[in-house]
Amino acid sequence: MDLLCHVRDFVLAAAEGAGEAAKHGEGAAREAALGVQAFKRVGYLWLIPFFPMVGAIVNAVVGARLQKRFGKSVVTNLAIGAMAAAFVTAAVAFVDLVGQPEHERLLVNHLWNMFTAGDVQANLTFALDPLSMMMVLIITFIGALIHVYSVGYMAEDPDTWRFFAYLNLFVFSMLLLVMGDNFVLMFFGWEGVGLCSYLLIGFWYKDIDKAKAAVKAFVTNRIGDFGFVLGLFLLFWALGGQWEKRSVIPPHESRWALADPAHLYEARAEAGTTYVADPTLSPQTPPATYAEVEKLATPEGWRPGASIATRDGGKVRVGPTLSFRELRDQIAVESTGVKNRLTGLTFFGMPLLALVGILLFVGATAKSAQIPLYVWLPDAMAGPTPVSALIHAATMVTAGVYMVARLNFLFALSTTAMTVIACTGAATALFAASIGFVQNDIKKVLAYSTVSQLGFMFIGVGVGAYWAGTYHLLTHAFFKACLFLGSGSVILGCHHEQDMRKMGGLKKYMPLTEKTYLYACIAISGFPLANGFFSKDEILWKAFDAGNNLADPALGKVIWLVGWVTALGTAFYMWRSYYLTFTGEYRGGHGAHESGDAHGHHGGLPHESPRSMTWVLAALAVGCFLTIFLGLWGPAGVEPVLERWLEPVLAPSHALVAARGAHEGPLAEWLLMAASVAVAFGGWAAARALYKDAKSTVPATLAAKYPRLHRWVLDKYYVDEAYRKTVLAAIWAGAKACDLFDRVVVDGAVNAAAAVGRFVCDVDGAIDKYLVDGAVNFVADGALGFGRALRRVQTGRLEHYLYAAVAGALAVVLLTFLVQ
Amino acid sequence: MKTVAGYATVIVMTAALFAELTMLVPGLHWGPSEGPLLTVGDAVFYLLASVAMVSAVLVAFSKSILYSAIALLGALLGAGGLYVLLRADFVAVTQLLIYIGGVLVLILFAVMLTSRIGQASATNPATSVVAGLVLLAALGAVLGFAAAEAPWKGAAHPLELEATAERIGDLFLGHYLVAFEVISLLLLATLVGAVVVARKEIKE
Amino acid sequence: MSQLAPGLPHFLVVGAVLFALGTYTVVTRTNAVGILMGVELILNAANVNFVAFDRFNPSPHLSGQVFSLFVIVLAAAEAAVALAIVLAVYLNTKTIDVTEADTLRE
Repeated sequence: MDLLCHVRDFVLAAAEGAGEAAKHGEGAAREAALGVQAFKRVGYLWLIPFFPMVGAIVNAVVGARLQKRFGKSVVTNLAIGAMAAAFVTAAVAFVDLVGQPEHERLLVNHLWNMFTAGDVQANLTFALDPLSMMMVLIITFIGALIHVYSVGYMAEDPDTWRFFAYLNLFVFSMLLLVMGDNFVLMFFGWEGVGLCSYLLIGFWYKDIDKAKAAVKAFVTNRIGDFGFVLGLFLLFWALGGQWEKRSVIPPHESRWALADPAHLYEARAEAGTTYVADPTLSPQTPPATYAEVEKLATPEGWRPGASIATRDGGKVRVGPTLSFRELRDQIAVESTGVKNRLTGLTFFGMPLLALVGILLFVGATAKSAQIPLYVWLPDAMAGPTPVSALIHAATMVTAGVYMVARLNFLFALSTTAMTVIACTGAATALFAASIGFVQNDIKKVLAYSTVSQLGFMFIGVGVGAYWAGTYHLLTHAFFKACLFLGSGSVILGCHHEQDMRKMGGLKKYMPLTEKTYLYACIAISGFPLANGFFSKDEILWKAFDAGNNLADPALGKVIWLVGWVTALGTAFYMWRSYYLTFTGEYRGGHGAHESGDAHGHHGGLPHESPRSMTWVLAALAVGCFLTIFLGLWGPAGVEPVLERWLEPVLAPSHALVAARGAHEGPLAEWLLMAASVAVAFGGWAAARALYKDAKSTVPATLAAKYPRLHRWVLDKYYVDEAYRKTVLAAIWAGAKACDLFDRVVVDGAVNAAAAVGRFVCDVDGAIDKYLVDGAVNFVADGALGFGRALRRVQTGRLEHYLYAAVAGALAVVLLTFLVQ
Repeated sequence: MKTVAGYATVIVMTAALFAELTMLVPGLHWGPSEGPLLTVGDAVFYLLASVAMVSAVLVAFSKSILYSAIALLGALLGAGGLYVLLRADFVAVTQLLIYIGGVLVLILFAVMLTSRIGQASATNPATSVVAGLVLLAALGAVLGFAAAEAPWKGAAHPLELEATAERIGDLFLGHYLVAFEVISLLLLATLVGAVVVARKEIKE
Repeated sequence: MSQLAPGLPHFLVVGAVLFALGTYTVVTRTNAVGILMGVELILNAANVNFVAFDRFNPSPHLSGQVFSLFVIVLAAAEAAVALAIVLAVYLNTKTIDVTEADTLRE
């Protein structure tokens, strides 16, 4: 452990950059410095999402032809090249970011204003702060690895180009989500990843079940998006945005007042949502624009690329905004008064911040598969396994966690919202883990495990331990990607068999896959040998220590207990999957591949996957080890690297959360850690006893003894069925009622009208037939004859036309003169 | 002989037209009526107008397509001279460059490529000459009458002979920018289109 | 200045004559290249008018000249395309008599 600490210190020093270590003393000084977020303008951030976008477009437009003409390697190399370029650019940005002073670590790349409508200003602006930098590195690094892996995995699929176009498109959307500097871009990305998820789950769309799973994922996410958008609207409204300006409000310009310590915001804020400009300010002060604010904030004036120094109490634009940075400034800088205003606002009697937090979290429940909207994720395993690893484990599903961490300054203001998030996370974690106990499909086990781990992350961000939740996001991205890709390797090796009952003994056939899977199992189940332990333990400790961050101080302890039990379950089902898959004898049939088509190598014994896949697995396993050092605690008073790294982002909520904490002693922390290790061993031991080498008969006996319970859990507590019976049934009933109404009332009216109409028509028909038709036919015959005659005028001779045209023109000229 | 007759016709016609313009229509005054009857500048106008019109007559009536083409040169040159008189130096130069240097050469090429000049006596046949002459007379009369009779508000005002290229450039890149860009696109399309139409089909 | 001094009508008359002759050429010629020459005459007539109107405009602002330049450019483009078509027709039918090139009529 001592050695680890040394290594950790080394990494810490490296991350802090030169000349940084001496500065920034302890807490108080840093809290006091919390002012306007300073940032640096750069011009290259757009490149990061640009490369995958180009890859996606090229592969989508000409990919099919490229593949046909030059083979698959062109398509795959293009996609991987795009990912590599994005990763390299991200690394450059990382170096740039590290070079900044700690509290000025924000790179902004403003491209252009997409539209401005009233107070809504949607800019195409990319921003990188330590949090989004971490996400971008995860996305591009693991994304690139999974691209490489996919080459081997999708080798047999004829639609490689389509797959890689989707994958690149997904990475582009995900980068948009995390790099967007405002809600609009985040929402674009949010929807984009939803779309890509849909496309990739339904990649084999000819299989109706897979297409259905895709639709399910898409529709479930729409429900969440609805909540997300509502929350966004509510927040915008609370900040003073509105559709129609009331008469008491001065013109748009003057509502933007420069708030600084001398002019308290409250003095200008009237009842309701109106902002009245300070009379001393507005006549003389021109409207504040971005450029002006920035000009004021720097001594040397604004110029592109200049870093703008923080000045305590620097100018902040107050009012409705979509930009994260502006929102953060408004809330974090106390003197603007926005914080007080938001905490005081109610919406139909409900505290507004809680409502906003919960609504935004509804969006997160769908995207990040939490109760009650988690149902789509297990079905999403219908997609190709690399997709499950990239989208449904490492990146997209963590978007909700990212969003909460990004808006930590907002969520931390409402303990209600925090409680909801933490409790939902805890419930989801336990619930999903229990389903994972009995699943036989290896990917389903991992899917429920993902849901459960996402629950852990939400416990983390829910109790205010934003960095712990984010750290778990990071570690989970590595070990779950490794597990999923390992399962993909197994599935490929066993000839598209996903049922663990038909595997077993694969240790012999797939040694490298087995080793990486083993290490990832160690990570997820919480042995202090891999990254998972450190993040999970931190979350549990912070939950235990939550205190008044939650609605009830005791709730933190309950959540810890739930999390602890879940950790036990996690260890159990993960080791179960390991033992079922890799130990014992191979239970799959020899040459049992049903389809029996032209796949030459199919049938027969399992085989190790190609090197491009196993090396990716190895890289991820190494990543699982290395990321330990990001979260390793140091000697007393020194935070882990990642916590230090994220501190500028989390600073606005830091003091608040820390003040509300329970402040348990270090002894408790050590005890909890020991408890964590204990459950990891417990789960492992139990799984080993029950499933190693498939010798024990206890599982079968248990299942036979409690068949109903077993069935109940195996069928996922019938949640899908319950949804079908309740929500869907209600919708169906509504649809049926509409149908009935349509048929009886509307159709009746229509039919009645039709009967009357028919009678009139009969009469009319008679008239029509003899009178009108006669006339029409006469006219038609006339037209025909006339046309025939006129046809001769169309001679095809230019001069004839010219004669006519000139004669007409001359006539007009003459007429003009004659009339005069 | 025919050519000589053609020239005579045109000269007579021109004289008639200007007679109509200057004498038959009473009360036409484009300025104070003192000074010499005809200044040198005025004489130049009549010369250039005659060249343009006589050449145009040749274009219209010549039996040989080659003569027509050569006569077209005269018509274009005359018109270009008129532009100079009208203080449109840039247009005149453009006329010289594009019409005479470009279009005319193109036409000559087309003539050479398509007609067997040496063999045919009448390379530029005409049909329905009578109807054409009627049209010519009607058009000439009506348009000339309109040009002479219409109560034009404009008056010749003294202008310095100044270079117009700069101001035209401003107009192109300012007021008429869209039209300018569109026409440049059109030229590009024409270029491509002409190549596509004129190239030989490659037989498989 | 006398009535013989060239004014706007003098130029317009020249334009009218050129136009009439151009029209006559277009109407009577059967040779496609000849017709093209007529078209050039007509365009020149229009140009003369444009420039003259611009010159005699009480407040001249060169728009007439700009338009005449546009006309010249269009004429060049037209000539190029038309001659390309003539050439293509000639290659196909060995004649450029427009009275015989009426395949598209029906």
